[in-house]
Amino acid sequence: MTAKLTVVRSGALTTVQDSGRRGHAHLGVPRSGALDAPAMRLANRLLGNAPEAAVLETTLTGCAVRPDRTVTVVVGGAPCPVTVDGRPAPWGAPVRVPAGAVLDAGGVTAGVRSYLAVAGGLAAEPVLGSRSTDLLSGLGPSPLCEGDVLPLGVPARQAALPGAAPWPAPPAELVLPLRLGPRADWFTPAALRTLTSATYRVSPHSNRIGLRTEGPPLMRGTPGELPSEGMVLGAVQVPPDGRPVVFLHDHPTTGGYPVIGVVTETALAAAAQAAVGTPVRFTRE
Amino acid sequence: MTRTTESRLLHVRPAGKHALLIELPDAERTGDLLAELLRRRAAGSLPPVEEIVPGARTVLLDGVGDPAELARRLADWDVPPRAEDDGAVVEIPVRYDGPDLAEVAARWGIGADEVAARHSSYTYRVAFCGFAPGFGYLTGLPAELHVPRRGTPRTRVPAGALALAGPYSAVYPRATPGGWQLIGTMPDPAPLWDLTRDRPALLTPGTRVRFVTEGGTA
Repeated sequence: MTAKLTVVRSGALTTVQDSGRRGHAHLGVPRSGALDAPAMRLANRLLGNAPEAAVLETTLTGCAVRPDRTVTVVVGGAPCPVTVDGRPAPWGAPVRVPAGAVLDAGGVTAGVRSYLAVAGGLAAEPVLGSRSTDLLSGLGPSPLCEGDVLPLGVPARQAALPGAAPWPAPPAELVLPLRLGPRADWFTPAALRTLTSATYRVSPHSNRIGLRTEGPPLMRGTPGELPSEGMVLGAVQVPPDGRPVVFLHDHPTTGGYPVIGVVTETALAAAAQAAVGTPVRFTRE
Repeated sequence: MTRTTESRLLHVRPAGKHALLIELPDAERTGDLLAELLRRRAAGSLPPVEEIVPGARTVLLDGVGDPAELARRLADWDVPPRAEDDGAVVEIPVRYDGPDLAEVAARWGIGADEVAARHSSYTYRVAFCGFAPGFGYLTGLPAELHVPRRGTPRTRVPAGALALAGPYSAVYPRATPGGWQLIGTMPDPAPLWDLTRDRPALLTPGTRVRFVTEGGTA
């Protein structure tokens, strides 16, 4: 018998995430997976889990869960208050949660997404090789609701990562290095200059599909419709309003708006933690 | 057409550090390249690539170890035309009973009762997938039968709807909003996307499709 978690408070949006689904983009299946992948991996390593064991990804307001047996958890990613049955517990480090006690990961004090990892990992049913919730196409477990019960895997015997963990702080300013293309030539030279010189801000309409921005519109030199084409993670798509959208893990696999550049994948973890209003600068890699 | 001319038809565009977007002049050559890529991958002569994603006139190669090297090699490729009979044929049972049947018939200059015979007389091919898992964009309708999207999209298109837009035919695997012209219904759309199968998608890029009406191919 393995342990289970009951969801006591689901928060604004809490999903199960691992490293996502690969190799199915040609079928219209997004890759999905934890937006702040380094935070997921670090939380898992602190517990001796495989680095890509399934975890919970919260959004701004955290979540609370109650295990039916004693488990060890780590809450990391965006900093937040952590409590066990109301008593303060450490953030970013292993916490023992007795059977029946409530572990609460509170509202973030910075950043956007906290990660709640449990020793043994979440054992939700995999779909196409991944346990991740894909909000675009609805694959994987549904976003958590109060009362949901999540099965847990068996904790590994391997030693947890020792010592203090280096959690990066959420960005005060989000710098996104990009390479131009594949459709940079659809934009005016002025638009290319604007892209890498203007300051944008994170829009409140951002989600797991894309980081939307507010700022000066990028004007196209080539009018007309772009026939649907494949889209990569980090693609900076420019819809008709001219405001760049950075594609995150639940992005559609094909799209019909031109992509002016592609942000380096390693910079996307910071994008996952950039709160609404954070200044965004695109730089040429 | 000479080999040199053929290779110039491939326009390789960069798409970040790990991907290439190969642009082609038309849907037909895109299908030819897709078939060649899949053939080479099956034969083990394509460098490791995580995703091969066709679009309307492009093929995206994502998760490529050395995109610059692959781009150089692609320039020397001789991509033969895909054989007409290349790829499995899937038969999709449909009823031609969609709410836009009369409008499509009018655009085609035929009676509404003739749409079934006309639409089901062609063999289609999945050009690419997207929009939702299991949704395939099928080409094969002659240019004179292309119809525009509806002026106002519907807030809900039912699962199984057989729909037309531009050069494409498609069957909606699930209910979603949509702006395509609805000409028919696949009575049981569940097989379009079935996670209990090893291969959940019925329609994968390159698959050929026949629409079959009750009582035969009309």
